[in-house]
Amino acid sequence: MIICIASGKGGTGKTTIATNLAVSLNGNVQLLDCDVEEPNAHLFMKPKIDHTEVVTAPVPEVDFDKCDFCGACGEICQFSAITVIGKKVLTFPELCHSCKGCMMVCPKEAITEKGRPLGELETGTSGSVEFFHGLLRVGEAMSPPLIQRVKEHIDPGKIAIIDAPPGTSCPVIVALKGADFAILVTEPTPFGLHDLKLAVGGVRILGIPFGIIVNRCDVGDDRVTAYAAEEGIPILMEIPNDRKIAEAYSRGIMMVDVLPEMKNRFRDMYEKIKELS
Amino acid sequence: MKELTIISGKGGTGKTSVVASFAALAENKVLADADVDAADLHLILAPEIMHEEDFRGGRTAQIDLEKCIECGECLDYCQFNAIGPDFVINKIDCEGCGVCVHFCPVEAIDFPQNICGKWYISETRFGPMVHARLGIAEENSGLLVSLVRNQAKVLAEDRGFETIVVDGPPGIGCPVIASITGTSAVLIVTEPTLSGLHDLERVGGLADHFKIPTLACVNKFDLNEDMSNQIADYCAQQQIALVGRIPYDTAVTHAMVAGKSIVEFADGDVSKAIKGIWDRVEQYLKDES
Repeated sequence: MIICIASGKGGTGKTTIATNLAVSLNGNVQLLDCDVEEPNAHLFMKPKIDHTEVVTAPVPEVDFDKCDFCGACGEICQFSAITVIGKKVLTFPELCHSCKGCMMVCPKEAITEKGRPLGELETGTSGSVEFFHGLLRVGEAMSPPLIQRVKEHIDPGKIAIIDAPPGTSCPVIVALKGADFAILVTEPTPFGLHDLKLAVGGVRILGIPFGIIVNRCDVGDDRVTAYAAEEGIPILMEIPNDRKIAEAYSRGIMMVDVLPEMKNRFRDMYEKIKELS
Repeated sequence: MKELTIISGKGGTGKTSVVASFAALAENKVLADADVDAADLHLILAPEIMHEEDFRGGRTAQIDLEKCIECGECLDYCQFNAIGPDFVINKIDCEGCGVCVHFCPVEAIDFPQNICGKWYISETRFGPMVHARLGIAEENSGLLVSLVRNQAKVLAEDRGFETIVVDGPPGIGCPVIASITGTSAVLIVTEPTLSGLHDLERVGGLADHFKIPTLACVNKFDLNEDMSNQIADYCAQQQIALVGRIPYDTAVTHAMVAGKSIVEFADGDVSKAIKGIWDRVEQYLKDES
């Protein structure tokens, strides 16, 4: 079972839901933080990291002894990552999408691949939860391949909980793909509703069953619940705006540690998700 | 011309609420919403669209099944597993690299350009605004962000305005990099939480990487004053100018529900804090020139 926690809008409580759900279920759980630009789950899970690896993407390296400057590599590249000017080949690794077109098209077999570091992947444990997260290198633009690598650790025999990045573009889609169920976390405000609609569009394109959690459900207005009712989207949980939760969050303390009764609500929600997925 | 880009690292810290207030406070400026993935500024500024254009991003491969001989070569070439066993290309997985198009022995693969979204030039009660909408699940957000910023510059030149205020996206990846490269200064809106500080360190590192002058403010600072002080210490160490602290007030949400910026909606401590921040930001931009 793969459950992905997403939201169009940032700061609605994705990480809170992902981490608290992970610790509320009794064992057999993996938590994969796929918000590789700004991962925060480790601040709450405080995992013991036992493995760190550098994740790279293949980019071209030109052997000038073999290259005859024919220009075929520059012609096939859609991303302007390699170009031949006279007797020079310029590569721009940060623009490369790792399609390997240049390597495959080169008639002289002059192009080989080398790794460009995208960031790090850390693996560890937090209590009985297996923990994984990606950390995009600061200055690196391309997060989807790193997210993909974090997801390669999903064990189909376990409950895998994915903490997705905000938004609805490629990084979110990569995080969501293949999930059995998506939890969209929102808040009852105009921004929350607007971005929720975008997130719903995203999960519908992917054909993933989903439900909504309304966080800080007593701030703002009731348009989110009205929208969910109209669209027939199940509301999985409503969490009131509680200063105790906010203060605990600010210190990196889990919600279930200040409100232990929430554990049962997360377990009940998981049962509901099993029925819906 | 001065361009200020508001970013946060962490999502939901209040970037757009701050930008909406700056829109009300700043004079002779162009507004730009560079959070093209989940744009919200228009919900407060209610823009009247004057000009609308398609955004053409990358291409997607399409196999013509009439011409396809099912040789399967494309399956080997594709690095993105985008081609199904039935020789239908999954649009979401296709990276638009064109490798299959090039190598198909019977030229059965088309490669049309995608319309990935739209961009707009609008008028608002606070002046002109450039904004965009990236289609759901679309790529090339960085390209669209650059387009929005360029159009904002053109518009500012046309009107003889000296300032551009850009609402940036969360994170530190592609669209954020496109939002801040070459900007005059960034203002990071953070919050007094462990996550806020952690994300500030990363996004501050990004601004430093591109050598962009960096300012910061703490939103909802009174939710955890110890953490606010830690953030202030961090900023001092990193030579990030802390330009203000905004208190927590539910009036901010009420203003949003009413479709107003907080400085239009109420004259309380939040509005006073944001006005102070804008004054300092404006002075900073002047002094930099």
